[in-house]
Amino acid sequence: MSEKRDGLFSRAEEVLSLFRRGAEFTQDLLKENERLRMQVAGFEAQNMAASDDVEWERLRHDLVSRIHNLEGEKQDILDRLDQVEGENRHFAERYLEIEEENNNLASLYVASYQLHSTLDLSEVIKIVVEIVINLIGAEVFAIYVLDERTEVLTPVASEGREIGDFPPCQMGHGIVGAAVATGETQCGDAATPEDLSRPLVCVPLRVQERPIGAIAIHKLLQQKTGFTPLDHELFTLLGGHAATALFAARLYSQSERKLNTIQGFIDLLTK
Amino acid sequence: MARHRILIVEDSPTMRQLLVFALKRLKDVDIVEAQDGMDGLRKVSSDHFDLALIDINMPVMDGLKLISLIRGEDSLRAMPIIVITTEGAKEDRERAIALGANEYLTKPIQANKVLRIAQSLLKAE
Repeated sequence: MSEKRDGLFSRAEEVLSLFRRGAEFTQDLLKENERLRMQVAGFEAQNMAASDDVEWERLRHDLVSRIHNLEGEKQDILDRLDQVEGENRHFAERYLEIEEENNNLASLYVASYQLHSTLDLSEVIKIVVEIVINLIGAEVFAIYVLDERTEVLTPVASEGREIGDFPPCQMGHGIVGAAVATGETQCGDAATPEDLSRPLVCVPLRVQERPIGAIAIHKLLQQKTGFTPLDHELFTLLGGHAATALFAARLYSQSERKLNTIQGFIDLLTK
Repeated sequence: MARHRILIVEDSPTMRQLLVFALKRLKDVDIVEAQDGMDGLRKVSSDHFDLALIDINMPVMDGLKLISLIRGEDSLRAMPIIVITTEGAKEDRERAIALGANEYLTKPIQANKVLRIAQSLLKAE
């Protein structure tokens, strides 16, 4: 009896759920119908407007002015793009310039740092030689030091040729002598690299107004076609800093010698 | 990202400092300096390096000898080498390349070129 009742209830449930689904489906259909009706009404209104000449003309005018506006905006954007591309090029060029300046500053810093890293005269001369080879790119050159008493410039280091090949010169005479006397960098003739009395360029070394010596460059390395702005900066740096470094190292070695002599005397007197 | 280790074997302190300045601009690098070929050999044998820059003309042991010793060692055969030379020393450069150097730089060196070559060799490694 009970089983029969349960079966009846379950079938009734099934029928009810069928009705519920049917009702939901009908609701969806009604909503869809309403949406389509609204769409049809919209199309009909547009159709009515299109059939009206005045309304059509207004619509056309609106569209044409909108196209004009869009074309104007497009031109503005293209102009802006050109401007941005120009700025981009300018920044790229500026970046390269700054990078080059950065490299140049690094070279100048290294040269200056190395020149003042020692008080040993032979070390200072070796560093000047290294700078002229590695940073300037000279193949044949000599470093002259001035004897203040005789006013003779004597080569103390050279590269590319034996030191004895470079002739000593009197202050004020020849390209080297003139550069040291005037304190101005002198340029010789590039066509005579074999003439060791006529360097390609001669950089005077001076501490303030006091002449110390000179660097005479006769030939550049094969890949160097000429002097760059960095080379001129290095000439200026060497003219002052190499001179100071040489002067300081010479004074230091003299003072060391004198100190040893005095110490010797003191030892002799006190013992 | 792992740091790259670069060895500079160069007797001139000026050149070494200049190379350090240039290579410091690379990201994540540790730079070790050696002042001649023997010092370079000691360092390369006891430590790992991803790149070596070797000058040809050096006291105690020159760059060519160092390159041949490095390439003779199985564990160092793949390490990229940049050789530093002068433009005129074409024979030395060719010998260095024949011995196993990957690239060369000529004096006076340009920082941009050092960076470009070092970057490409470190990437290709």
